[in-house]
Amino acid sequence: MELEFTAEEQAFRHEVRGFIKANLPERIRTKLTEGRTLEKQDLVEWTRILHKKGWATPRWPVEHGGTGWSPIQQYIFLEEVLSAPAPESLAFGTSMVGPVIYTFGSEAQKKRFLPGIADLSDWWAQGFSEPGAGSDLAAVSTRAVREGEHWIINGQKTWTTLGQHADWIFCLCRTDPAAKKQEGISFILVDMKTPGVSVRPIQTIDGGFEVNEVFFDDVKVPYENLVGQENKGWDYAKFLLSNERTGIARIGTSKAKLRRVRELAALAGPDGTRMIDRSRFRDRLIETEIALKALEITQLRVLSEDAKGLNKGKPNPASSVLKVRGSELQQVTSELLLDVVGQYALPFRAKGDGRNEPPVGPDWADAVAPHYFNMRKVTIYGGSSEIQKNIIAKAILGL
Amino acid sequence: MNFDLSDEQRLLKDSVSRLMADKYGFEDRRRYMGMEGGLNPAIWAEFADLGLLALPFAEADGGIGGGAEETMIVMEALGRALALDPFLHSVVIPACLLRHLGSDAERAEIVPMIAAGEMRPAFAHGEAGAGYRTGHVETRAKVSGDAFTLDGAKTLVVHGGSATHFMVSARLSGAAGDENGIGLFIVDATSPGVIRRDYPTQDGARAAEVTFEGAAGRRIGKGEAFPALAAAADEAVAALCAEAVGAMEAALQLTVDYLKTRKQFGRAIGDFQVLQHRAAEMVIELEQARSMAIYATMMARSDDADARARAVSAAKLQISRSAKMMGQAAVQLHGGVGMTIEYAIGHYFKRLTMIEKAFGDTDFHLDRLSAAGGLMA
Repeated sequence: MELEFTAEEQAFRHEVRGFIKANLPERIRTKLTEGRTLEKQDLVEWTRILHKKGWATPRWPVEHGGTGWSPIQQYIFLEEVLSAPAPESLAFGTSMVGPVIYTFGSEAQKKRFLPGIADLSDWWAQGFSEPGAGSDLAAVSTRAVREGEHWIINGQKTWTTLGQHADWIFCLCRTDPAAKKQEGISFILVDMKTPGVSVRPIQTIDGGFEVNEVFFDDVKVPYENLVGQENKGWDYAKFLLSNERTGIARIGTSKAKLRRVRELAALAGPDGTRMIDRSRFRDRLIETEIALKALEITQLRVLSEDAKGLNKGKPNPASSVLKVRGSELQQVTSELLLDVVGQYALPFRAKGDGRNEPPVGPDWADAVAPHYFNMRKVTIYGGSSEIQKNIIAKAILGL
Repeated sequence: MNFDLSDEQRLLKDSVSRLMADKYGFEDRRRYMGMEGGLNPAIWAEFADLGLLALPFAEADGGIGGGAEETMIVMEALGRALALDPFLHSVVIPACLLRHLGSDAERAEIVPMIAAGEMRPAFAHGEAGAGYRTGHVETRAKVSGDAFTLDGAKTLVVHGGSATHFMVSARLSGAAGDENGIGLFIVDATSPGVIRRDYPTQDGARAAEVTFEGAAGRRIGKGEAFPALAAAADEAVAALCAEAVGAMEAALQLTVDYLKTRKQFGRAIGDFQVLQHRAAEMVIELEQARSMAIYATMMARSDDADARARAVSAAKLQISRSAKMMGQAAVQLHGGVGMTIEYAIGHYFKRLTMIEKAFGDTDFHLDRLSAAGGLMA
């Protein structure tokens, strides 16, 4: 057994870290460090920098613009991105619809869509959840009816993350209402500019605008925007959801957050005391560090199993363990930050309010409570903790 | 990075597991508890035959040269079977002490005896006034000619009642809490001036209060014993973590089997989601514990005592948390039958509970890690 990375892998980490340090705009790094929201332009700019380097879609097959890195290199790359912190690539494109297109799509679809996903000239959104289909995703009812060379789509998607920026959306649509619910779904790509598509923002409890409702009202889409076979959309959705397992625990993000907690806790607050000097706070911080270390090793164990290539393409139920504990840790780190800021969590500052009065309390304080509120989402999205426990009970324990 | 066992390690794992499967069923264990000294001597002889008693000693000293990983493999298997035998206290810890402190000649003399099962030393270090502090030693060693005589009382000496010898920490100079001035001694358990009071423990094993009244002791090595005792405590924690992982794994398996077979309301109780989720949380705790047991193992013999201590404390904290959650959940999910002494699950719960209290409890390790600046420092 060996916990250390090889010399080559460490050299690779060094190279990635050096590149990010030299090329990540300070403005973007600061926003992420302080837990502030990125603009569309921030992500586009960073994606173009990576794209020029050939690192925008590292996990893709080499013929489609991937890097050919080993699973361990992929993990190291993602860790360095998250802990820099640099923006993650837009997952809806690079790790969701991209892999579905290069695995199940037509040659024409690959040619048309993959380049735009890679350099983010096409911003993709995910059209999965609906008001009546959350955890029970296979209950989607957005209807697509074939009429000659077109689909006519009617219905509503929701929780569409960053849909306000989207050029395209990939949708699970009901194409055979008579079939068993998993067997009547198709995977269809929709241009957001198509007449009949409308987007309504949903404001979240932190005051942010991250998610949207997307309405489809007699939206006419070319038939060839169907990916793969008709009524096989559920298979592609399952493939897509199990495709991502190196990053699901967000170890790098939580590491960066804990570093920041330690940094801020070592500063004297407005009352002249330091949080790090309080033993009860320190205990909570240490317990979190331990849980994170344990999860990091668990992640590496899953990764080294994957690296053997035995489970290729199959969902690994261990990713449910990583999702449950990883998302809890993201929440706990946001709680620790809230503890550090203390009562100066209180003042609310609307984003872009144009005021230039000095902040109330420390200048980093206003983003802390919204971040804590916002982080409640992570145990809900991408398969809630409860759904993950169902998966563990069934797939690991056979209950 | 590699989490695979080598071929030799896999062989070791298979042979220990096979021995435990053949000879250490729950009913066998109950029988061994009733034997003299609470142990079946035939099992210790099997350990000797398999080479387990030679495992952590260097080849040059007559051992097999196993590292912390080999110890982990054995401890996991012993944990799974709830083994009563003092592999940790009478083999792993003496090996660590001799490695750090013993001379070549001393090791050449003692190791073959331990490896053959002829000598089974108990680790007589803890004292009533010490709590979990390794450096707190009140037992005194006086020079008398070429030899030493020991005076003092050692507490909670695991399987001290049936040990052939004691490995005793005793103070040559300084005050009770000083790290300097401690020596390590080996004492024949049958010597005059050795008084032992043997009693059963909550987890089915036995321990003894051992008093030395002018008992003759032979000093091991010439150096300060504290660094060796600290290393032994850390190595012991890593080993306990592995034992706990084995016990937790078995407890989860028993629990899941029970959920699948016990029927209420006309169906297996494992059909109920509320029970499924509790079992799923056990899986998460077990995997977190396993990861930290591996971490402790990889750091257990590090020469960087600070890094070693941080890693080991972190692992003990995770294991204690997981062990408590899993032990309690396992009993709860068994319902009433989990409360009965005839049923195995309660015994896993009890052993896991006692592991938390051994070699530093949760608060002790939290304090130690906190004083060291945390795990990420």
